[in-house]
Amino acid sequence: MHIHKYEKIWLAFGIGCLIVFLTVVGVSAFAAGQQPPSCLTTIDPEKVDSTPPFDHPGLVKKGDKEYELNIVVAAFSFTPNAIEIPKGAKVTINVTSKDVIHGFEIPGTNVNMMVEPGYVNSLTTTFDKPGEYTILCNEYCGAGHHMMTARIKVVE
Amino acid sequence: MAQPLEKVDRRDAKLALAHLFVAFTALALGGFAGLLQTLVRSGKFELPAGISYYTILTTHGVLLGLVLTTFFIIGFQFAAVSRTTGALSDGSRRTGWVGFWLMTIGTAMSAFFILTGKASVLYTFYAPLQAHAGFYIGLALVVVGSWVSGFAMFAHYARWRKTHRGQVSPLLAFMSVTNMVLWLVCTLGVAATVVFQLIPWSLGLTDRVNVLLSRTLFWYFGHPLVYFWLLPAYMVWYAVIPKVIGGKMFSDSLARLAFILFLLFSIPVGFHHQLLEPGISPFWKYVQVVLTFMVIIPSLMTAFAMFATFESYGRSQGATGLFGWLRKLPWSDARFFAPFVGMLFFIPAGTGGIINASHQLNQVVHNTIWVTGHFHLTVATTVVLTFFGASYWLIPHLTGRVMTKAMNRLAIIQTIVWAVGMTFMSGSMHFAGLLGAPRRSAFSTYGNSPQALEWIPYQIAQAVGGTILFIGIILILVIVINLAFFAPKGETEFPVAEAAAPYERAALALENWKLWIGLVVALILIAYTVPIIDIIQNAPPGSKGYKLW
Repeated sequence: MHIHKYEKIWLAFGIGCLIVFLTVVGVSAFAAGQQPPSCLTTIDPEKVDSTPPFDHPGLVKKGDKEYELNIVVAAFSFTPNAIEIPKGAKVTINVTSKDVIHGFEIPGTNVNMMVEPGYVNSLTTTFDKPGEYTILCNEYCGAGHHMMTARIKVVE
Repeated sequence: MAQPLEKVDRRDAKLALAHLFVAFTALALGGFAGLLQTLVRSGKFELPAGISYYTILTTHGVLLGLVLTTFFIIGFQFAAVSRTTGALSDGSRRTGWVGFWLMTIGTAMSAFFILTGKASVLYTFYAPLQAHAGFYIGLALVVVGSWVSGFAMFAHYARWRKTHRGQVSPLLAFMSVTNMVLWLVCTLGVAATVVFQLIPWSLGLTDRVNVLLSRTLFWYFGHPLVYFWLLPAYMVWYAVIPKVIGGKMFSDSLARLAFILFLLFSIPVGFHHQLLEPGISPFWKYVQVVLTFMVIIPSLMTAFAMFATFESYGRSQGATGLFGWLRKLPWSDARFFAPFVGMLFFIPAGTGGIINASHQLNQVVHNTIWVTGHFHLTVATTVVLTFFGASYWLIPHLTGRVMTKAMNRLAIIQTIVWAVGMTFMSGSMHFAGLLGAPRRSAFSTYGNSPQALEWIPYQIAQAVGGTILFIGIILILVIVINLAFFAPKGETEFPVAEAAAPYERAALALENWKLWIGLVVALILIAYTVPIIDIIQNAPPGSKGYKLW
C-alpha cells in the first residue's frame, strides 16, 4: 500500500509519542504503584451493617498519622457525614454501598471512586491542607442524588 | 451535455427518509430536554408540575445519544449503499423496513415508560436501579431492529460482490459494512445484559442481578457505540467532502485501512469507562487502556488525509505559501463548512478523550461534568455538525429538491451558532469539571459547600450556551423541514469522491472479512475472558431492584 512520505513521518511521530506515553502510564502504574482504585474485596450488600469494619463506620487510628476511614454509602447519605481528620494524616478510605451504585468524590482532591453494591472500594490519600472538604455522590442514584453529601474537616 | 446524476433509487430514498424523519424528531424533543437541563442547573429555574430533572435527563440521553444517532446513521448508510452499489433488492428493502419499524416501535415504547416516570434510570440504565420492563424491552427492540437493517446491508453488499468478482467495492459501501459489523459485534454485549439479566429481573422472573457483570457488558457496548457514531461522520469526510470541494480523495486504501483499525480497536476497550471500579484488577484495566489508545493511529491517519485533501485541492487551484490553500476552500458552502467546523472541534475533543482514558488521569475527571463537556464536543459537535452538513445534500437528493441560497446562508449561520453555543456550554463544563462539579446532577450547593459555590458561574455559562444551542436546533429544523417539503424541485447531487490514485491491490485484501472479524473476536477474547470469568466466579450476592426516583 502506498503511503506518502509526509504521512510516514507524521505517523512515526504520532506512534512514537504514543509509545512514550503508554510507557510513562505503565511505569507509573506498575512500578510506582499509581493504580486506579480497584479493590477486589466483596461483601454482602444486605449485611453491610453487621460486617466489619462497616458495622462501626468512621475514622480509626492505625498508627502514627495513619488512619482508616470507613464509610457506608446508601441512598441518599454517607455515614458518618461529619468527619474530623488531623492535618497531614494519611487516610485509607474504604467505602461500600447498601443499595445502588454511587460515586465517592471529594472535589479539589484526587479522591474519586465508584461505590458498588457487593464490593468494597478503597484508596489512600493524605490531607495536607487544613479546611473544609465536601464529599459528594457523582454517580446518579435516584431522586435525591444531588442532595447526597458529607463534610470532612481537616484540623491542625 | 451533462451526464445525468447518479441517484439513490426512489424506493430506497423513502426508506432512508423515514429514518431521517425519526432522527430529526428526536433532535427536536431531545434538544428541548437539553435546554431545560441547562436552565435547571443554572439554579435560576425550576421545572414546573413536579417534573423530575432526571426524567428530562433520561429523555435527553436516550433521544439524542441512542435514537437520533442510530436512526440517522442507518438511514444515511442505506442511502450510501444504494447510491454506490445500486438499488436494494426488494428483499433487502423489505428487511430494511422491518428493521425501521422494530426500531421505531421500540423507541416509542421506551419513550412512553421514560415520560411516564417509570424509567428515570438515564440512558446507561445501571442496575440495580430498576426501570419498568417495558423500557428494557423497547431498547431491545431498537437493537434488534438495527441488526435486521444491518443484515439487509450485508446481503446487499454480498450480492454486489458476487456480481463484481475481483473488484474492489465502492468505498462508502465498504465503510457502511465495516460500521455495521462493529455495531453488531458490540451490541451483543448490551443485548446480553438487557435480555438475559435486566428483562427477567424487571419482570420478577429472577430476584437478583450481577451488577458488575451488567455494567461490564454495558461498557463492552458503550465505547464502540461512540465509534458507531463517529465512523459515518468519517465516511462523509473521506468519501464525500473531497467531491464537495472539487478535489480528490487522498488515498482510498488508507481510508479503508483506517476503518479496519477502528473496527479492531474500538471494542476491547470498555474498561477505560470503569477505571475507578472495584472488582476489576488494575492489570486488565491497563491492558484495555493500551488497546484504547490504538485508535489514535487511525485518528492521526484521518487527520492527515483530510488536511492533505484540502491542501492538494488548494494548491491545484494555484494557492502558494504555507497556508495559501486555506483561502481556496469553499467557505460559503454549508456542505463543506459545517463538517469542517466539526473537524476543528475534534482536535480538543480527541485530546480530552486521551485524558479521560488515561489510567491515572481519569481519577481527576471521572463522573465530573468535564466528561459531559467532552462528549458534547465529540458526538454533539463533530458528529452532529457533519450529519447536518450531510443533510444539506442528502435530504434534497432524496426528496428531489434543491437547497436555495437563502437556506445555505442559514446553514452557515446555524453552524456558527452551534460553534459559539458549544464553546460556551462545553467549555464551561470542562472548567467546572476540573473543579470537581459532578455530571448528571440537578442543581445543588451541597449544603453551601465552598467548592460547590465556585461552580455556579460556570453553570450559568452552561445555560447561556445551552440556550444558544437551542436556537441552533430551531435553525436546523427550519432548514431540514424546508429541504424536505418546501425547497424548489430539482436535482441535487449525492457527492461521491474519486481517489487521487487508481485502486491498489491492497484494497482487495482489506475486504477479507473472515480475517478481520477473526481478529476482532481474538482481541475481545484476550481483553475480556479472564476478567469476566473473575467477575462471575468471585461475584458477591446479587442485588435486588431499586426504584429510587
